[in-house]
Amino acid sequence: MKILVCITKAPDTTTKISFADNNSTFNEAGVQWIINPYYEWYALVRALELKEAGIATDIHLISVGKADIEPVIRKALALGGDEAVRVDADSRDSYFVASQIAEYAKANHYDLLLTGKESIDYNNASMGAMLAELLDLSYITHVSKLDVANGVVTVNREIEGGEETDTCPMPLVLSCQKGMAEARIPNMRGIMAARTKPLKVVPASTVETLTEIVQYDMPPQKTGVKMIDAENMDELVRLLHEEAKVL
Amino acid sequence: MIIVFAEQNNGTFKKATCEAIHYASKIAKQSSSGVCAVVLGEANDLAGLGNYGADKVIHVNDARLNNLEAKAYAKAIADIASTENASVVVFSNNNTAKAVAPRVAVRLKAGLVAGALSLPETDNGFVVKKSVFSGKAFAFVRVKSPIKVISLTPNAFGVEKSENQAEVVSHSIEFAATDFNVKVESVNKVQGIVPLGEAELVVSGGRGLKGPENWGIIEELANSIGATLACSRPVADSHWRPHHEHVGQTGGTIRPNLYIAVGISGAIQHLAGVNSSKTIVVINKDVEAPFFKAADYGVLGDAFEIVPRLTAAFKKYKASQQA
Ligand SMILES: Cc1cc2nc3c(=O)[nH]c(=O)nc-3n(C[C@H](O)[C@H](O)[C@H](O)COP(=O)(O)OP(=O)(O)OC[C@H]3O[C@@H](n4cnc5c(N)ncnc54)[C@H](O)[C@@H]3O)c2cc1C
Ligand SMILES: Nc1ncnc2c1ncn2[C@@H]1O[C@H](COP(=O)(O)O)[C@@H](O)[C@H]1O
Repeated sequence: MKILVCITKAPDTTTKISFADNNSTFNEAGVQWIINPYYEWYALVRALELKEAGIATDIHLISVGKADIEPVIRKALALGGDEAVRVDADSRDSYFVASQIAEYAKANHYDLLLTGKESIDYNNASMGAMLAELLDLSYITHVSKLDVANGVVTVNREIEGGEETDTCPMPLVLSCQKGMAEARIPNMRGIMAARTKPLKVVPASTVETLTEIVQYDMPPQKTGVKMIDAENMDELVRLLHEEAKVL
Repeated sequence: MIIVFAEQNNGTFKKATCEAIHYASKIAKQSSSGVCAVVLGEANDLAGLGNYGADKVIHVNDARLNNLEAKAYAKAIADIASTENASVVVFSNNNTAKAVAPRVAVRLKAGLVAGALSLPETDNGFVVKKSVFSGKAFAFVRVKSPIKVISLTPNAFGVEKSENQAEVVSHSIEFAATDFNVKVESVNKVQGIVPLGEAELVVSGGRGLKGPENWGIIEELANSIGATLACSRPVADSHWRPHHEHVGQTGGTIRPNLYIAVGISGAIQHLAGVNSSKTIVVINKDVEAPFFKAADYGVLGDAFEIVPRLTAAFKKYKASQQA
């Protein structure tokens, strides 16, 4: 059984966000790139567990990005995974990214394709669903538990206000989130091994983008907190009603 | 035609769905076209969707669609969008939409704006505002394709109601067996509570509450105003509270009208999930807690004393409203 894990980079979660060129581009100066937090770690760690349990045979990683994403890919390889491929392109358009990954996946047949639930920079939460549509596969989002037996996956997925248990025959695409696996950190052996693992670079195929970001903006600053006397909660309720108008 | 996916939940429609219909009707006004709501699965009072701005409702009354199956939903919505000559397809951006809207976009070769916050601006192409960097910034996204898909952030636009009724048309779709590969084995839903993503009022607790045994005061506070519960990540990680209550960068992103944070420090990763809330109240005993900087109202002191007092004040207010 072959698993493909889709990985992207994101600015470290404490990064101060700023923009350049008249607010038309994200200012990358000094940004520390990390693997998109947690979701993809969970997907990757669960994939590795499935391999350790003798269920999965091959774990491949894929990333659509320019060369600056390679340190992030190497970090993921240090955790585990047999090989990685980077599709050489920079794009914010989910359709473009999904088309690139779909093309690679078609040529290499995977039983399970895993994505994170959402990238923490562009917050689209849509790449996985597009990939599934392009491959004509089923897709389950927000998966927090994954088991595989006899070619069928059993998952827990988060729904509005609760949780659901689903089954589905493979192949399919899953978007993964917290709960799926415990966090792991790479050990020294893994880090050494990652240096020599294959990281293939393939050119992007010609696909049009359907969206583009034309401008960024920052949210308005809060005008400052109004402190309320801890003895006077009636005053807080009055302000919530009369001033904030939220009651 | 502007198409809007009107998701039914056990046959009824939630507020966020009505909001999406209202939003679609505003786009229709901009472009002098009509609004067609698509309903999949068994549902009641379809003509009533006219109250929110639907001119027509297309109903695929197929029991296999009562629960989400992303593949089948996408096929049905895209098919209807094509036959209706849709220029825009609107969703409300919840977990269902996240599974379906991108698939519809691919089927229609349409650009998608996921998490839209405003009506499209059409002076210079078709540009929609959305939240990026987990609420730390906004992006204006131009959609370049002839058909556009917009998934609207719940509680970002508002609802208006009229007396209009919609015309209801039945429709059937040919599905393949493989469109229903996902089988729901069991569902575990908290009943009778507004889901976090749609809640207007949220009460949230952090590590400052010391342990799960102390959540009673948080629950009472929430009950006093009908608020939904949330929590910080360490609280969910320690299993004090269920995971679906966890908000922040790695949990849910919410934008209620009122967010009351009790015993939460206000780490940047927590703020990422809640900083779009319209009004934020912070209760914390540490004057240096970073959350005060992001708050509209702050109360400095011990949560164990303040929360019961606030509950009492809310109850008094509610009683006065009823009198
Ligand atoms: C990549 C990454 C992603 C993350 N994602 C998330 C996320 O999605 N959501 C999230 O919440 N966190 C997230 N975190 C963790 C985040 O950084 C903080 O550690 C976490 O939010 C702290 O939770 P807390 O405020 O409940 O606890 P603490 O930081 O321990 O704060 C407790 C607060 O309670 C106050 N307090 C204590 N006793 C009382 C009392 N009696 N009365 C009143 N106040 C009291 C204290 O003054 C303090 O401010 C993430 C971290 C990383 C690195
Ligand atoms: N450039 C990319 N390369 C590989 N995978 C990606 C890329 N962008 C997004 N993904 C995957 O798709 C998921 C959802 O991303 P998004 O739709 O951008 O929120 C991420 O968690 C990744 O697993």
